[in-house]
Amino acid sequence: MSTTLDTPHVDAPQTLPVGAWTVDPVHSQVGFAVAYHVGTFRGSFAPVTATLEVGEDGEAKLTGSAAVSGVKVQDENLSAHLQSPEFFDAERTPDISFVSTAIRPSGEELEIEGELTIKGATLPVTARGRVGEQQRYMERPYFGLELQAMIERSRFGLNWNNPLPNGDPALANEVTVTAELFLTRA
Amino acid sequence: MKILAIPGSLRRDSLNRRLLLAAAESLPPDVEFELFEGLRAVPPYDEDDDREPAPPAVARLRGAIAGADALLVATPEYNSSIPGQLKNALDWASRPLASSVLRNKPVAVIGASTGAFGAVWSQAELRKVFAATGARVLEVELAVGHAAERFDEHTRPREESLREQLEEVGAALVAAAQPRVALAAA
Repeated sequence: MSTTLDTPHVDAPQTLPVGAWTVDPVHSQVGFAVAYHVGTFRGSFAPVTATLEVGEDGEAKLTGSAAVSGVKVQDENLSAHLQSPEFFDAERTPDISFVSTAIRPSGEELEIEGELTIKGATLPVTARGRVGEQQRYMERPYFGLELQAMIERSRFGLNWNNPLPNGDPALANEVTVTAELFLTRA
Repeated sequence: MKILAIPGSLRRDSLNRRLLLAAAESLPPDVEFELFEGLRAVPPYDEDDDREPAPPAVARLRGAIAGADALLVATPEYNSSIPGQLKNALDWASRPLASSVLRNKPVAVIGASTGAFGAVWSQAELRKVFAATGARVLEVELAVGHAAERFDEHTRPREESLREQLEEVGAALVAAAQPRVALAAA
């Protein structure tokens, strides 16, 4: 006998849940993945701050930022290199930030257009992702948002590279940026 | 504001030393100029010796860099690259990477040679090394070819064009150092 028969079917949300939402920094992060040499190099920024405002009319706005000094990689020398002028230049541009210009939810999926600022350069990006089902824990509502976007790092002035022995560049220009956000009532 | 000038060549009549002394004459009057004379004394880099207290010559190098708002480095070209002693000194100065005295330090690289090309390849390598240390490398280049004929007996450039180029390098370095000076004063 299956208990799933007793579980009521819940329709996927056609709009984001109304209200002001803020990020749970402990369980949220912004990550990046970029082809490097023979594999994929990954890192993240944490903590992340973000707010999502969803109006009664369904209009929504997502803003978020993370400190470059919060970059998480496996090695302290690499972290120092990433914060140097050759990469993110934490001294002059200490934060990366995002402001949405349009949010289009469609069931469990959504598309967000917005402006991403890295190293002082603000460029339009389109992110796609998933909206999780809203749940309650200790009387507090939560839901998750997972986003992914592709950017070209050179357009933000992150041009570092070194040639491999075969002459190919060691680090790709295309970078996958991900955001995994735990949102709760602001 | 203080600029530390480091000649990459050790010999007494070094053309790059002359170039730096000429650059000193081109700086605004309120900028303090110090010529680093301690390059020869820096011992070979050995991680076993890289601990506190640092070898005295290394401490002098690190102290001189820490006390300056910007660096002006003039390099000759040995076998298409940087003189070993200059690279060795930068290897010392760059440690530890996350907190070294070179971190975010504005640096301008110039160079002189007896040949036609003015140490352009060595300059390119030196910019790469400085960028890897986390320094703020300026996008300026001054390649002084046939340098033996380009200064008078008082180390003054014979041509107005060279004087103007040195002024431009000095102005760019002062501009790059300005935010750090303002920050330190705040």
